[in-house]
Amino acid sequence: MSGPMSGFGTVLARDLRLAFRRPGEMANPLLFFVLITAIFPLGLSPEPELLRTVAPGILWGAALLSSLLALDLLFKNDYEDGSLEQLVLSGHSLPVLVLAKTLAHWVVSGLPLVLAAPLLASALYLPAHAWDTLMLGLLIGTPTLSLLGAVGAALTTGLGTGSALLSLLVLPLATPILIFGARGVDLAVQGLDPVGPMYLLGAILFLAVSLLPLAIATAVRISLD
Amino acid sequence: MQAEGLELWRGDRCLFRDLSFELPEEKALHVSGPNGCGKTSLLRVLCGLSEPEEGAVRWRGKSIRRDREDYHQAFAWLGHLNGFKAELSARENLAFSVSLRRKTDDEVRNNTLDQVGLTAAADLPCRVLSAGQKRRLSLATIMLSAARLWILDEPFTNLDSKGREMISELLNSHCASGGAAIVAAHQELGVEQPYLQHLKMEDAV
Repeated sequence: MSGPMSGFGTVLARDLRLAFRRPGEMANPLLFFVLITAIFPLGLSPEPELLRTVAPGILWGAALLSSLLALDLLFKNDYEDGSLEQLVLSGHSLPVLVLAKTLAHWVVSGLPLVLAAPLLASALYLPAHAWDTLMLGLLIGTPTLSLLGAVGAALTTGLGTGSALLSLLVLPLATPILIFGARGVDLAVQGLDPVGPMYLLGAILFLAVSLLPLAIATAVRISLD
Repeated sequence: MQAEGLELWRGDRCLFRDLSFELPEEKALHVSGPNGCGKTSLLRVLCGLSEPEEGAVRWRGKSIRRDREDYHQAFAWLGHLNGFKAELSARENLAFSVSLRRKTDDEVRNNTLDQVGLTAAADLPCRVLSAGQKRRLSLATIMLSAARLWILDEPFTNLDSKGREMISELLNSHCASGGAAIVAAHQELGVEQPYLQHLKMEDAV
């Protein structure tokens, strides 16, 4: 088989096609994201001052939870119908294949959050000059969340009831992303330069893309044993 | 292909111990034995999906753990599960499974679908196919895989008598063209005598 990235496009295309055949599953994380951010003003107070202060934390916390929500199914469907075995035995590099699966998952569950963020930000009175920092942070932060979550999903796939365990495994690892992401938006709201937290998010993403596929591949092999 | 002194435990049950065999090319190995004796587990060890407690599996003299991707390209695996997506049509599933291994054009795939008798059902989503039809579709993937070694776990399940005959014919022509196969099955494979090799497994202790 040619090239180290062979099989990447095939798996990516299949997973995206599958996702579009199941639009309900696709809409779930986005719906969850909208709901969480929408209930905070009801519970707190509709005061613009207050909402503006808490908006970065709410938006990032909601994004974190919603991207974890869909992760449970990342490998479970493939595990149950036997196509995970076939992927492992396909003769391609497994880290590359799981990276393709995770990317497809992010396009379906993470990217919509990035695109919907300005809308929700405006609902929380977040000033417009902080929107680009919010979107950029989510754009480089949510892929890391998907990769981290994929490790947990691969580990818990072989177990019957994994979803609670999955969140428990992944949430502590995901907190740095939440902290830097929300901090960046905070800085931008105050008119300060948010470039520091953004660089850190970028660095974490590079680290995750280069190392986590190996961990995910190993976890997949373990769940199939 | 060689297996040397394989030993596998599941919990506190020993499924097999000191199991060795050699499978030359142009041979089909018929693995038989009672339910629960570890046929599937053995096949998963031979694929490299499970690690044996003891022993090693060698392919062309090299341990399969040494060059995993190279070995995986050499064989095609058919497990209990077919590995098809319920939302995709038979045609799409076949195209995906085959394209992971090699390039084929539509015509070749359509011919194979015709051969396994699925032309009429090719555009239906796999969700509505019967168990036997899905089994036929996985045979089509195996046929198109161009693999030297076939590892098939109960390929006869759910198939009608015509389908079972088809498997026998496929195995015969695969062996005749220099391929090898390992098949776990409760019934006779229908493979011609010179190609056939047996492995009887005992109950687990």
